[in-house]
Amino acid sequence: MGALESSKEPILTNDTSALLSAESLAGAAYIVAALLFIFSLAGLSKHETARSGVAYGIAGMSIALLSTAWLALQNAFTNSQAALGIALLLSAVTIGGTIGIRRARVVQMTGMPELIALLHSFVGLAAVLVAWNGHLEDPSLPGALKDIHHAEVFIGVFIGAVTFTGSIIAYLKLSARIQSKPLVLPGKNFLNLGALSTFVGLTVWYVLDPQLWMLVTVTAVALALGWHLVASIGGGDMPVVVSMLNSYSGWAAAAAGFLLNNDLLIVTGALVGSSGAYLSYIMCKAMNRSFISVIAGGFGITASAFKADLNLGEHREISTEDTAELLRNASSVVITPGYGMAVAQAQHHVADLTRKLRERDVDVRFGIHPVAGRLPGHMNVLLAEAKVPYDIVLEMDEINDELSETEVVLVIGANDTVNPAAAEDPGSPLAGMPVLRVWEAGNVVIFKRSMASGYAGVPNPLFFRDNSQMLFGDAKERMEEILQRI
Amino acid sequence: MARIGIVAEEEGEARVAATPATVEKLLALGYDIVVESGAGQDASFSDEMYQASGASTFRKEQTWASDIVLKVNPPTEAEVLLLQPGSTLVGLLSPAFRPELLEALSARNVTALAMDAVPRISRAQSMDVLSSMANIAGYRAVVEAANEFGWFFTGQVTAAGKVPPAKVLVAGAGVAGLAAIGAASSLGAIVRATDPRPEVADQVKSIGGEYLAVEVGDDMVSTDGYAKATTEAYNQRAAEIYSEQAREVDVVITTALIPGRPAPKLLTAEDVASMKPGSVIVDMAAAQGGNVAGSVAGQRVVTDNGVIILGYTDLPSRLPAQSSQLYGTNLVNLLKLLTPGKDGKLVLDFDDVVQRSVTVVRFGEVTWPPPAVLVSAATPTRLQTASNAPATAASFKQPSPAKRLTFLLIGILALLGITAVAPPPLPQHFTVLILSVVIGFYVIGKVHHALHTPLMSVTNAISGIIVVGALLQITHANLLIQVSAFVAVLLASINIFGGFAVTRRMLAMFSK
Repeated sequence: MGALESSKEPILTNDTSALLSAESLAGAAYIVAALLFIFSLAGLSKHETARSGVAYGIAGMSIALLSTAWLALQNAFTNSQAALGIALLLSAVTIGGTIGIRRARVVQMTGMPELIALLHSFVGLAAVLVAWNGHLEDPSLPGALKDIHHAEVFIGVFIGAVTFTGSIIAYLKLSARIQSKPLVLPGKNFLNLGALSTFVGLTVWYVLDPQLWMLVTVTAVALALGWHLVASIGGGDMPVVVSMLNSYSGWAAAAAGFLLNNDLLIVTGALVGSSGAYLSYIMCKAMNRSFISVIAGGFGITASAFKADLNLGEHREISTEDTAELLRNASSVVITPGYGMAVAQAQHHVADLTRKLRERDVDVRFGIHPVAGRLPGHMNVLLAEAKVPYDIVLEMDEINDELSETEVVLVIGANDTVNPAAAEDPGSPLAGMPVLRVWEAGNVVIFKRSMASGYAGVPNPLFFRDNSQMLFGDAKERMEEILQRI
Repeated sequence: MARIGIVAEEEGEARVAATPATVEKLLALGYDIVVESGAGQDASFSDEMYQASGASTFRKEQTWASDIVLKVNPPTEAEVLLLQPGSTLVGLLSPAFRPELLEALSARNVTALAMDAVPRISRAQSMDVLSSMANIAGYRAVVEAANEFGWFFTGQVTAAGKVPPAKVLVAGAGVAGLAAIGAASSLGAIVRATDPRPEVADQVKSIGGEYLAVEVGDDMVSTDGYAKATTEAYNQRAAEIYSEQAREVDVVITTALIPGRPAPKLLTAEDVASMKPGSVIVDMAAAQGGNVAGSVAGQRVVTDNGVIILGYTDLPSRLPAQSSQLYGTNLVNLLKLLTPGKDGKLVLDFDDVVQRSVTVVRFGEVTWPPPAVLVSAATPTRLQTASNAPATAASFKQPSPAKRLTFLLIGILALLGITAVAPPPLPQHFTVLILSVVIGFYVIGKVHHALHTPLMSVTNAISGIIVVGALLQITHANLLIQVSAFVAVLLASINIFGGFAVTRRMLAMFSK
């Protein structure tokens, strides 16, 4: 280790002679950037301010990047590798930026969950690399600080690696490249606990006596843990997993901040980490699931108390002509889409229908259950892409009380999120889950491919209600037929 | 197409089974409607108004001869004989108390539907007459009490002195009780309420009342939506509460009823005697024996110490237009269920619990009582299943307050321990971390639900800030460090550029 001017030192230097040095400039820039990031997230509270929120984020990022690059260049002149470093920096940013922007341009909105999972994995891997560099650099620090530095390297590697493989598996599952079925290894909870205790044990050992092989081992263990955690979670729980990984990627950045003594990384990591945690919490509540049971990968839906052979009566079918008739004569219509709508690619037809009905002065609105898509807020994006005005897209709590005064509800590709058993049958596995109370409306038309159960595997008594009618077939084709008749 | 007859009620009953507004809805179901001349008189609905909404007005006998007869109160013996064999009678028949009426109806070979036998399940809420009438009665009970009470309900500060608000005790927070609490508190009174079911406490609070809990430690979770009879220890404690309250309050409204049993006695003669002169008691259970000692069904009684006890049993009828409208709507909802084809043909489906429950006589055969229906009023089984099978994820359990407090304490102690022993700069970092987490939760909590996906992509982009770490390493003298820093910068750049670009793309889609 020739050069000892670690990244820690510049920011810590208390050089009073240079009031406006590159270090003090960077320090100030970091505070400004942190504030801009907070503004950026705050801007997302409303549609009107969302775009300026992104502008704040970009501004903050530019300030942070430029000042850090400046700092890096200043330091670079002190060593021989500087030219190479600068070349590497420029090419890395150019290549990365190009890839990023291209991906962002071409991604389908239905493919957002995959993209987001993939981006999480990059943060995870970057965090692993930064932490590894922390080991390789090995700055000479006095006693306790050295121990802390070692612990930080380990924690950074661990969180980063778990995020990395976890996100890769989530990406593969979401893009259907591997089966989305949960992987059940014998004693899986012990495997997870074993990995955690290995990590703790090795951390202590590493602090006492840093060895490269320990770092290699802990990286491998963490990679395996990330893989196992997400592999054992089923496809339907992916909204929770993706937001959970979002949270992890934040904590990975925060851990890197501790390692590098950089407050901006800590602030940003904490913001992202709490954002992901908050979204996971919302998703869990909406799915009636406890966070721990999702993370632990266990979701035994085979509740014994539930009678699956319940005789629910007979369902009625409706034709597209009658549905069109119903919609033409209605004064208020609510559409409650589920992920099935996106699978059938019917959102553009739904948007056309909305437009036509609104031209006829029919009050059309959308009711979105928090878990309607594959990501928090996914359905809103899909509808926005299809040019449905966002002010008629309401969330569950906003529309639930108005469903009883609605004449026609169209349920498109949704099942568990409109299951009356959740509200009425205390013995149902869904009991207590918040649902859209569509059954209170005058007429309910359910677009469905068959009478099969939803993700939770629970029969839906809605289909057998007196005010419910089933419209079987591919939602997109059926929607087309209805459109022709309106 | 069947004909519905709306018949007039007996003397003293001001309600009617259909209003001009509900007649229109019945017509839409495909029925012909005839109204007995003068049926709506007392509820301020004239024959002309019914005719204007599409019904014809007939004389008594002709109206009774309809295929379906809608009524409020049970028919008299003479009226039963006016029914056509094979026709259907719908009304409040109190089948549990009037076996002789069921006999008479069955002898007449008719079908009888009792509106007061609608099961208490969510789906049947729109036909629940007992709820809609109890709501009106609770409101009216407050109006009657205010009428008798010689003081303001609300507190005021006037030039002539300060007026304290009246204190009202409502016993029983069912539908009627809640309506009474709401009405009394909106008149400005201080309202307290008792109920054996602790789960109603929140409902009481939400409409401005104060819930007086009877604490004996055994919960009364009801499985059929009605209150059950209570235990010994409970009764004793409750009696004490009533005695304490009686001395203090100005108005008492009692609504305690247990289906199929005489009303529980809540206020003893001593309690009543301890009340201030001029106090008012409305005993809404007077018809079932009364909750209050000394109340007489249908009468206004003044005790020796000047307490007024109202035992009116016709409270809904004292608000005739409103109760006719709600009752009529309940009937329309039932007929909607019974007329699936909207073709004026009544179809009874015994596989449907609602239809099964209301039918007390079918083609001359007595079908009362119906099989029990378990309803959704409370979910006692849920706790049980959760404890029996921890794997059941159905119940999203909140940890108990004690457990949460323990976790909080452990967390605080751990934080204290770590920061106390950590050398600088760790404590400063912790400060930054903790403050940022708190800010994060508040800021994220305000993010619009519809923008959660853009939120995730923005956080994706800004978590690319890890590039700052890699940037400082890229000019390092060690080539290995440089290469891995290069990879890290590249990955983080994908995040930053990709994240912001995709967020902008998404947000551009959102339009009004």
